[in-house]
This record gives sequence, structure tokens and C-alpha cells, in this order.
Amino acid sequence: MSDIWKRFPGVVANAGANLSVSRGSIHAVLGENGAGKSTLMNVLAGVYRPDEGEVRVEGVAHRFRTPADALAAGIGMVHQEFRLVPSFTVAENVVLGAAARILRRQAIEDEVADLAEQFGLATRPDRPVWQLSMGERQRVEILKALWRDAHILILDEPTAVLTPAEADELGVVLRAMADAGRSVIFISHKLHEVTGFCDEATVLRGGRTVAASVRVADTDAGELASLMVGSSPMTTERPPAHPAGPPLLEVSGLSALGDRGLPALQSVDLTVRSGEIVGIAGVAGNGQRELCQVVAGLRSATAGTVHLAGDDLTGASPRKLFQAGLGYIPEDRLGVGLAPRLSVVDNSILRTYEAHRRGPFIVAERAEAHCVDLVERFGVRTGPLDDPMAGLSGGNLQRLLVGRELSGRPRVVVAAQPTRGLDVQGVKAIQDLLVEARDEGAAVLLVSEDLDELLTLADRLVVMHDGEIVGEFDPTTAARSEIGEAMIGHGAGVGS
Amino acid sequence: MNEASLIGLCAATVSFGALLYLAALGEMVSEKAGILNLGVEGMMAMGAVTGFMTALEFGNPWLALAVAVMAGALTALLHGWFTVVLGAEQVVSGLSLTILGLGLAAYLGKNAVGRPPGAVLAPVDWPVLSDIRWLGPVLFQQSPMVYLSVLAGVVVWFVLSRTRTGLALRAAGESASTADAAGHSVVGLRLAAVAVGGGLAGASGAYLTLSLTPQWAEGITAGRGWIAVALVIFGAWKPGRVALGALLFGGTLALKTRLQTFGVDFSPILLSMLPYLLTIGVLVVISIRARNRPSPAPASLGIAYRREER
Repeated sequence: MSDIWKRFPGVVANAGANLSVSRGSIHAVLGENGAGKSTLMNVLAGVYRPDEGEVRVEGVAHRFRTPADALAAGIGMVHQEFRLVPSFTVAENVVLGAAARILRRQAIEDEVADLAEQFGLATRPDRPVWQLSMGERQRVEILKALWRDAHILILDEPTAVLTPAEADELGVVLRAMADAGRSVIFISHKLHEVTGFCDEATVLRGGRTVAASVRVADTDAGELASLMVGSSPMTTERPPAHPAGPPLLEVSGLSALGDRGLPALQSVDLTVRSGEIVGIAGVAGNGQRELCQVVAGLRSATAGTVHLAGDDLTGASPRKLFQAGLGYIPEDRLGVGLAPRLSVVDNSILRTYEAHRRGPFIVAERAEAHCVDLVERFGVRTGPLDDPMAGLSGGNLQRLLVGRELSGRPRVVVAAQPTRGLDVQGVKAIQDLLVEARDEGAAVLLVSEDLDELLTLADRLVVMHDGEIVGEFDPTTAARSEIGEAMIGHGAGVGS
Repeated sequence: MNEASLIGLCAATVSFGALLYLAALGEMVSEKAGILNLGVEGMMAMGAVTGFMTALEFGNPWLALAVAVMAGALTALLHGWFTVVLGAEQVVSGLSLTILGLGLAAYLGKNAVGRPPGAVLAPVDWPVLSDIRWLGPVLFQQSPMVYLSVLAGVVVWFVLSRTRTGLALRAAGESASTADAAGHSVVGLRLAAVAVGGGLAGASGAYLTLSLTPQWAEGITAGRGWIAVALVIFGAWKPGRVALGALLFGGTLALKTRLQTFGVDFSPILLSMLPYLLTIGVLVVISIRARNRPSPAPASLGIAYRREER
């Protein structure tokens, strides 16, 4: 791919990016969020048409108009959000788009099983996809590409949804594919995976290629990291510790069911004191999300209690919890935290509209003043305040959300993945706000998948596995390997 | 109540069932591809009037049926143009289509009101079978449309569950972006499904004016298009279950006009609510079961698809 340009309204996602991948290799494409990795890959896979630039596959120039064109040229992509039909079986998903005219269920299931075996992918072709774990779904995506005989397989942040054991298995599968003469493009921002499974790496920054086809053997994680972030490598220092005060959030014996009606939280005990950040580490899907939801009043507990500053608020409504001093930064910003089509002003007063009303009416001037105040204090960059929220960038959305939740000086803050998907500046801003809230005496519960973030911010670190708290660590002294072991349930045969 | 009137009730149940089934099957195909078309009533009216008028003009019932199917499909494609191509709100467009279809049919049929039919689809008299006691009159002396509706059901079932096209069509309704990424044309699949749906609704309308009540009057569809919409939900988007539901709902339609002759003192108005009450019941069951398993409704139903949107 050479000199690829792709512009979206207001954003230049690719500004002359280049990529060259050789046959039979695993090639990493590295870059921060917003560096243009996904856009470049979507151009290669025919999802987007580039504004300028050329794509050549085995020497032949192509202009892909649709994903089907790219597939026909042997390029298959496994997207970050899986493109699977949940109600279809594994086999149906695999053959979709490349099936015989008449389908014989048993026959396609057998063929898919054979293909899976050939590349060492464990799967169950007759199962509907909605019943499968994330790791299994990813294997279905890979099978889809293999079924179409893709010679170039693009994986967009494939390990984000996997347990460490599953990620290692994936590495083995990818190596088998590369050995069979296929090429794998592996998009990631996790350096240890790149140095672990990849042969070559291309680094993108700001939509441009800053390092093309570096041999991984000739470099190291540090060099790649500095290429990714450019001149200002991120150095996050631990904010100074702070003496903890009385307990503000006390969770005891808390159990709850997950979305599928299975136990997701099992007798969790947890205390967060005033002036401390308690970090929760764990592989996604081990009860962190449910814990936050129960504390925030969005999921009912089957057993146990939640106390806020000494008051029993188990099962209280989100509104009551907010009034009792709970600030909640949900994982799903646009779904739960903000209403994307409402204006910036409306979003800023969603929690506090009571304070801006006269009789049954919202007083527009007061609401706007509140919004302007939030925007200024929390450094949100916005267009006109009456425009829909959805026009803001991810970092600014999150600043407004965090600002809204913190502006009322909550006593307890529950922050679920508050920095996920943000750029470096955004991450720093949100982290600073959380530390500030802590320094002002709030009890902060921080759930994150980024262990570095937890090690930097948390005063105490607990690890969740399978709905239980399986360990507590002091982030200043704990070894990452120990925490990692705890995250996978002490390592022995879990997750495979 | 005597034997003859009971046989009459059963035969009418099958006739009305087939009428509802044709329309519901069409709606199901459309919904399976992700397009909710609430214009069934309008498309049926268009099929009914164009079929009747073609029969008046040319005297050929089969030509009339073909024209009715075309008219239903073209009316549906109007909905397809708005919702699939332009991405308009499906509920609004579908409701407009009902109003438009009913109005346009009334206008086109002004001069046909009260006229005797130009041609009818005469009942098929199956050799031997039609002489069987009970079964003969109920199943084997029906309009050809009844047998065509059974054939349509089998074809739809086969295409949806056993062919590549069906798999792609279902994928377009479950997850349009997945179907697109797999190389299928979501717009093409959805337009085709909407057109097939309209064609079947048109056929259902023609069954009314060419066979069941061979005349044209404004409002002859009498809300049966809406029953067809409800029937799709009642049948959980499965051709077989929709067929069972069609017989059940057809039974209520057949019973409605006969209650008094049977001497039963029960309001026919309450009876005509029954299909909707049953449908609400099914919706309740679906949502209770949805806690453990996905709903049988196509997941992308009612959602417009545009590619470069993230």
C-alpha cells in the first residue's frame, strides 16, 4: 500500500500511509489510538475507499470498491467488533458469502470442522454464535477468512478480548498460518505481543508511516514505543500517595447474576476509603462490569450489601445513589453515560436538571451556564453547545462525562474503563481528574484493563477472576507476573 | 349447528387462513431481510383492485393474478426506495404506504364498485380427493390460491433455510454489516425481499377479489393486512408456525361471520380482537424467554444500513 490518504469529515485519518507485507510473515501494524491503523486496514480490506493512494497485491494494482473485491484478491479481515451473526451457527457464519447455492447443513458443518482442524482452531460448527466465548468467536472470524482462502489475513487488535492463555493460542495459530505461506497483519498497541509473535512491524503516527517493515528481531519494545508516541514518550509518574480516611464505599458479600442469568459476582467484599483509589484488575468478563453496575444501581444484587458512607444503599435507584454522593463513569460512554443525539448542554445537566428548573421548565440560561462552567473547568473542546454531543471526539466526550460526574464533588466515584480508547492527552487528563478527586477526599473505585494504568494510579489493587476477588496487591511493590497469574486464576489450565 | 355448517366453517378457516398466510409470508420475507413493512394493508388493496380490474378488462384470471402480484411488488418497492435506498424510518414509510395504497386503490377502483367480476379463479376440483367426506370439501375443493399459498410457504421455507440466497437474506436482516462484509449486497437483498413481500401481499389481495369475495369495494381488505403483520410475530418468523397461526387467525375470521348463524351470543367485535390479543401474548412470551436466548426477531429489523457509518 503506498501513499494512502483517507479523510473523514473534520479528520484526516490517513495522510500518506505506506505498508508493505511479505509473504509468509506476521507483520505488526503499531500505533496509538487515532494513528490511523484501523482506517488503513479498512482501506486494504475494501471497507473504505481511499481518497488517494494505491493498493497492490502480489504486484497487481487494485481499487477495491467493496469488501467482496478485497476478498476476491485474497484479503480477509477480522474486525475488532466481530462481524458475526449471533443467531447463526458457527458453520453458517463461516460460509456466509461463500456458500454453495444449495446448503446442506451437515455437509457444511463437516467441511468447516475439517478446515478448523487443519489450522488447529478448536471450534464447534453446530453451535449458535451467541453461545460462544469471545475467543471462540474470534476463531470463527479467522475461519471465515480461511474458508475464502484468504492469503492475507488482517487482525484488528485481536487480543483485546482474549485471556492471556487464549492470546498465546492465537499466536500459535497465526504462526501455523504464516508457515503455510499466508501473511498475517496484526494490529496492536501491545508491544509485548508484537515482540512475542511478529516478524516485522510498521509503525503509524498521525496517519503517516513513521517506520516501515522494521524487523522485530532487530529492535526492542522501547524503540517501538518511542516511534509510536513520537518525540514525547509518555512517562506517567505515580501521583504522591495520600493518607486514606474513613471507609466511604463498603461492599460486603455481594453476589449478582450476569446478562445471561449466570452468577457473575460471587460474595465480593471490598472497601474503598476516603482519599484512596482502589484499582480492580482482571481479564474482561470476570465480574468487574457487573460489580460497577450493582454499585451504581443498574443491576440488582442477589445477596450482600452496598454501603455508601455508612448508609445501606443496596438496590437503591441510580438517582438516589447520585444524591447520596456517587459519581459513576460507565464503561459504555455513549450508551449509558451520554445521550449522543442530545446537545452538549442537555448532556451536561442530565444528572442535575433539578437544579436548573423553575416549576416544570428547565431554565435555559442556568443550564447553559452550568455547561459552560463544566466545559471550561474540564477543558472540553466543543463546537456550539447546542449541537449534538455525538460530534465531539472520544476524549472530549469523556471529559464532559467525567466532569459532569465529578463536578458535584461526589464522595464515591466508580470509574469503569475511563481511559479506554482515548489518545495520550485524553488519558492523562482523565487520570489527573481521578487523582484530583481522590486528593479532595473521594473514594475512587477504578476498573481498568490497562495494568499499567492501575499500577500507576491505584493505592491498592485487587484482582478479580470468575466473579471473585482473588488477590490484593500493593501496586508499589507487586510484580506484574504475580498479578498476571492472579488474573488468570493462578495460571493453572484456566481459559483454555 | 349441523354437519354442513361445521364443514363450511372449516373450509372458510382454510380459505381465510390461506389469505392471511400469503400476506404474512410476504411480510415475513421482508422482515427476515430487516425491513419492516407496515404497508401490507395498502399493498393488498392495490393487488385486490388491479387484479379485479384486469379481470374486468381481459377476462383472464391468471393474467389478473400476475398483474396483482406486480402491483403489490411495485407498491412495496416504493417503501423499499424510501427505507432501503434512502434509509428512511421504516415505520413512518410503512404507515404511509398503507394510507397511500388504500387511497390509490379506492381511486383506481371507482368505476369497478358493484360490478360483477370479469373472471374468477374457480375452485379446483381434485379428482377422487374432493369426494372424501369432510376432508374433500375442506381441503380439496378450494380456490387455486389456497394451493398456491401452500406452495409459496414451502418455497419460502426452502429458500430461506436451505439456499445461499436465503442465508444471505437472513444475514442482511440479522446483521447488515456482516452480510455486507461477507460480500453480499444488502441493498439488493433487501429490495428483493421487499418486492417479494409486496408481490405476495398483492397475491393475497387478488385472492380476495378474484376468488373469495369476487367483487371490488373500497375497504375490502378490512384490516386483514394488519392481522398478517401480527401473524409474523405470532409465528416467530418461522414459515411453519406462521402457517399454523394463519389457520388459527383464519378460524377467527371464519367464525366471526358465522357466530350468529350458530346461535352463539358472543360479540363478533370481541372475536376480531383475538388475533391481536394472541399476538400480544406471544410478545410477552418472547420477552420473557429473551432473558436466556436471543429474540426470534431479526436483530437488524427496522434498522437502516449505510456502509461508511461507524
